[in-house]
Amino acid sequence: MIEFNFREKSLSHSVDLKPMTIDTLQVNITKLCNQACLHCHVDASPRRTEQMNKETIDRCLDILSKYNAIKNLDITGGAPELNPHFNYLVLSANKLGKHIIVRHNFTVTIDGNPQTSESKKYLPEFFAENEVEVIASLPYYQEYFTDKQRGRGVFQKSVESMRMLNAKGYGDESTKLILNLVYNPVGAFLPASQGSLEKDFKKQLWQKFKLKFNNLYTITNMPIHRFREQLERLGTYGEYMTKLVNSFNPSAAQNVMCRSLLSVGYDGKLYDCDFNQMLEIQIINHEPMTVFNFDYKNLVNRNILFDSHCFGCTAGAGSSCGGATAKMKRLSLISTGKVNG
Amino acid sequence: MNYYESKDLGRFAEVGKFKPELMKKFFDYYNDVTASEGALTKREKSLIALAVSHFKQCPYCIDAYTTACLENGANPDQMTEAVHVAAAMAAGMNLIHGVQMLNILEKSGA
Repeated sequence: MIEFNFREKSLSHSVDLKPMTIDTLQVNITKLCNQACLHCHVDASPRRTEQMNKETIDRCLDILSKYNAIKNLDITGGAPELNPHFNYLVLSANKLGKHIIVRHNFTVTIDGNPQTSESKKYLPEFFAENEVEVIASLPYYQEYFTDKQRGRGVFQKSVESMRMLNAKGYGDESTKLILNLVYNPVGAFLPASQGSLEKDFKKQLWQKFKLKFNNLYTITNMPIHRFREQLERLGTYGEYMTKLVNSFNPSAAQNVMCRSLLSVGYDGKLYDCDFNQMLEIQIINHEPMTVFNFDYKNLVNRNILFDSHCFGCTAGAGSSCGGATAKMKRLSLISTGKVNG
Repeated sequence: MNYYESKDLGRFAEVGKFKPELMKKFFDYYNDVTASEGALTKREKSLIALAVSHFKQCPYCIDAYTTACLENGANPDQMTEAVHVAAAMAAGMNLIHGVQMLNILEKSGA
């Protein structure tokens, strides 16, 4: 029986993971989404109601204003554009001179708000005006894989939405407007190499749809929540975990995102990452930490809390909100008895 | 016990329990050929291996190389075409022996 003890595994490779800095505040402002994807670790859907309120958003803005070291505001969800204070947060953070990233799903621009029917067609222009870096999910350059993971019709809507962003200058190397795509596997396997997939995506999306983007980030599916339920339903949870553990890559571990990022829940609680947030593994530093008792010095000296899902960030070429964290570890296609080391 | 168990794929290295030096030579060769980029990409090699797996009807290999194809960025269209290449080759190999049948027919004056 294979052990899923992340701390033990990383220490056995002399990898002792401590925070390096906090340069990014990743704020999850809603669990509401117009989609309900198979792999979603947030369990986001059109039925969710959790929203960050204005008081908590203002506290996040206070923190961004107070600490120059925190240069990036990374806004995520659900579909973060469905929080009623989303525009206020972006406009305010822009005034503070922060680099703003929005984790976008493409289709919210077309679908609008599933609960109020409010249109979101203004988003491409709003993103461009505020020079928001858009990081958008597109699991494949073909319809089959994309719709299988994200729902019927998602690929065609994503193409339409991407075209609207390209029309504003997104993805064009001559502008400052950055459009990065996120690939994650449609199933219980590790992502292919980021470089080779990026070439495929660029070639295929341009040839078939005349679409452009800047970079492709590959992200490993986390064995928690909805994806874990799927693995358990298929009887492959143990197999998937074994694959992640056997693919542990010490150099990928060195660059995991929790070493430079703090994650904020919709209620202001602080976590080491968005995955810990969904598992409610809150940062404790004598007391549970939130944006309301935020202390940069204490937080940058905290002990990061690890659990078995952390193997998802350290397998193969690694995985983070910015994609792979290392070069691909050479993995044998068959077990030689050596790859487990 | 069944002759084919999926968990046995992970036990391949145990074949080196006896005469391990021979198994090591095999694995070194195998990994140099299949798990590295060369004149062919790893994706191309995985698709070839998937076709061979079907041609030889090896369930271990079909399991390993379906995953390897996905983990090297191949998609179901490409993988299915690779299986059709194997199937077409198998059909062609059967049919080309029809010439032998014709030769015997001619020899027998039929």
